[in-house]
Amino acid sequence: MSGPDGTSEKNIKTRDGILTAVAAALFAAALWWATKNLDGYKLRIINLIAINAILGLSLNLIYGMTGMFSLGHAGFMAIGAYVSALLILTPEQKTMMWILEPIAPWLLGLHTSFVVSLLAAGLIAAFFGWLVALPVLRLGGDYLGIATLGFSEIIRIFITNLTPITNGSLGLKGIPAHTDIWMSYGCLAVVLVCMVRLMKGNFGNVLRAVRDDEIAAQTMGIDTFRTRVLAFSLGCFGGGLGGALMGNLITTIDPKMFMITQTYNLLMIVVVGGLGSITGSIVGAVVVTTMLEWLRFVENPVSIGGIDIPGIPGMRMVIFSLLLIIVIIFRREGIMGMREFSWNWFFHERTPGKTVGGGPR
Amino acid sequence: MTAPSPALELSSVTIRFGGLVAVNSLSMTVPEGGIIGLIGPNGAGKTSAFNIITGFYKPSSGRVEFRGPRGKTDITGYPPHKVCEAGLARTFQNIRLFRNETALENVMTGAYVRQRGRWWQHMIPFAFPGAAREEDEIRANAIRLLGRLGLERYTDATASSLPYGAQRRLEIARALATRPSFLLLDEPAAGMNPQESAELLGFIRKLRDDFNLSILLIEHDMKVVMGVCEHIWVLDQGTLIADGPPEAIRADHRVIEAYLGKETTDA
Repeated sequence: MSGPDGTSEKNIKTRDGILTAVAAALFAAALWWATKNLDGYKLRIINLIAINAILGLSLNLIYGMTGMFSLGHAGFMAIGAYVSALLILTPEQKTMMWILEPIAPWLLGLHTSFVVSLLAAGLIAAFFGWLVALPVLRLGGDYLGIATLGFSEIIRIFITNLTPITNGSLGLKGIPAHTDIWMSYGCLAVVLVCMVRLMKGNFGNVLRAVRDDEIAAQTMGIDTFRTRVLAFSLGCFGGGLGGALMGNLITTIDPKMFMITQTYNLLMIVVVGGLGSITGSIVGAVVVTTMLEWLRFVENPVSIGGIDIPGIPGMRMVIFSLLLIIVIIFRREGIMGMREFSWNWFFHERTPGKTVGGGPR
Repeated sequence: MTAPSPALELSSVTIRFGGLVAVNSLSMTVPEGGIIGLIGPNGAGKTSAFNIITGFYKPSSGRVEFRGPRGKTDITGYPPHKVCEAGLARTFQNIRLFRNETALENVMTGAYVRQRGRWWQHMIPFAFPGAAREEDEIRANAIRLLGRLGLERYTDATASSLPYGAQRRLEIARALATRPSFLLLDEPAAGMNPQESAELLGFIRKLRDDFNLSILLIEHDMKVVMGVCEHIWVLDQGTLIADGPPEAIRADHRVIEAYLGKETTDA
C-alpha cells in the first residue's frame, strides 16, 4: 500500500518526475542515434509514427474522451496540410504551379516560417471544426458519424474545386521537407504534455462526464453543448497540425490523400490503442503505423514451393480489417482500455487502479 | 414562528405532452430550510414537475421562481446547467453517476460549475499558479465531502463498482459539490431495505442542517415521507389534490382515494 501521509505522495511525484525526465532524455538519444544510423525509409516511418500519434490523440480527444463519434478527421487534416503548404511555398513556386487557373493574388505574396504555418494550420482547422460543430454536434451517436463524414467530404470537394486557392486536383508539389524527426517529435511532445495536463485536470473529468452521461453532466451545471464544441475544435486543431506535418513530410499533397481511408487508419489507431486512453493512442500509433508498412510484403508477388502468386494490391487492408475485427471480438476495449501508463507499473506498491469499463457509451 | 420566505415558488405551472396534461396548473412553495415532500401515485406528474424545475422540460405555461443566495430569479425555461448555477441540485430516480469515473472524480466534476480557472490554464500550470491551487482545493474539498457522507473508503473506486446505497450517497455528494442552496431528491429511498430507509431519515435531516439546504423530495416509501417531511404536497393525474403537514395528509380522504381508489356503496 502507498503511504497515507502527504510526504510519500510527494516523494512519488518527485520520483515520477525524475523517471519521466530520464526516459525523455533516453528517447531523445535513441532518436539522435536513429537519425545518424537509419536509412531514409525507416526514418520516414519513425516520423509517421509521431504524426499518427498526434492525429490519433486528437481523434481520441473527440471520440474516446468526449464520446463524439467523428469520421471527419481527414477533412481537418486536409485543411491543415493546405494552409501550411500555402503559407510556406514561395511566390515563385506558386506562380509556376497554378497552371489551370492563376492563383488568387492575395495568396501569392503570403509567406511565413514553418512554425507559424503549423500554428495557422491548427488554428484554421480548429476554426472550421468549430463551424462544423455548431450544427452537427446537436446530433449524437451514429448520426454524428455520418454528418462529420459528410462534412469531411465537403471539405475535400471544396479543395478540389477552389482552384485559385488550392490548385484543384493537381495538388501542391515541392513543399519544403521541413518535417524532420525533431520537428515531429517536438510537436508530439507538446501535444502530449497538453493532453495529459488537460485530462488530468478537472476539465478532463468534465469531458469524461459529458461522454458517460450527458443528462447528469447538465444537472451538474456543465454546458454540455459548449463543452463538446470546445473538445471538437481542440481535436480539429490536432488534426490540422498533424495534416500540416504530414504535408511537409511527404512534400506533395492532393485532395485524394484525405479520403475516408485516412480517417479509417486514425480510427484504427484509436480503437486498437484503447478509446479514452492517451497511452493507448501512442501505442496504437506505433502498432498500426509499423504494421501498415510491414504488411506491404503481402502485396508483393511471392513464390511458395514453385507456385508464383502475383501481388494483390489492397491485400494489406484486407488483413488489417481482419486484425481489427479480431481486436474488437477478443479485446473490445483495445490494448490499453481506458488505463494510462504510470511509473507505478514498475514498482511493487501498486495504487488501486481503476477497473476497466466498456466503450464510451 | 413566522413563515420563512419561500426558496422555491411554482405558480400555475402546466405542461402538456401532446394531448396529455402531465402537470396541470401546479402552484406550490417550498420554504427556506424546509424538508418538503411531493407524493402521488405512479404517473401523477411528480418527476415531470422535477424536470420542469431543473430545466429539462419547458413548461407550457406558468412560472418557476427560485430564491437563492444570489437573490430571487425567475428560472422558468432555464437550461439545466443554468438552473444548477443558480443553486439547485438534484439526484435521479435511477441513479445517474459517471460510471467509469472514480467516486472522487464524480464529486470533482460537480465542483466544476463553481471553478474559476479555465481549461487552458491547466496546460501551463507554472503561468497560472492560482488555477493550479484552485484545482488542489477542489480535490481536497471533494475528499472532505466524501468523508462527510461516509464514502471515504470508496474515494478511488470506480462509481459503478460501489454498493447500491453508496451509489445513492455518492450521487448526493456530487450534487452537494455544486454548492447548492436547494436540493431535489428523486426517490432517495428507492431500492433500500427497511433499515437503510430508517437511517435515511436522519441522513436527510443532517444534510439540511449541515449544508443549509432546502429539500424537496419525491418518495413512495410512506415511512420516509411521513417521518422526515414537514409539509407534503400530493399530486394526482397532474393536479394538486392536497397539501399539509404529514398527519393531515395521512387522514385526508382525497389522498387515500387517489392511492387506494374510491369506496363504492352501490354494488
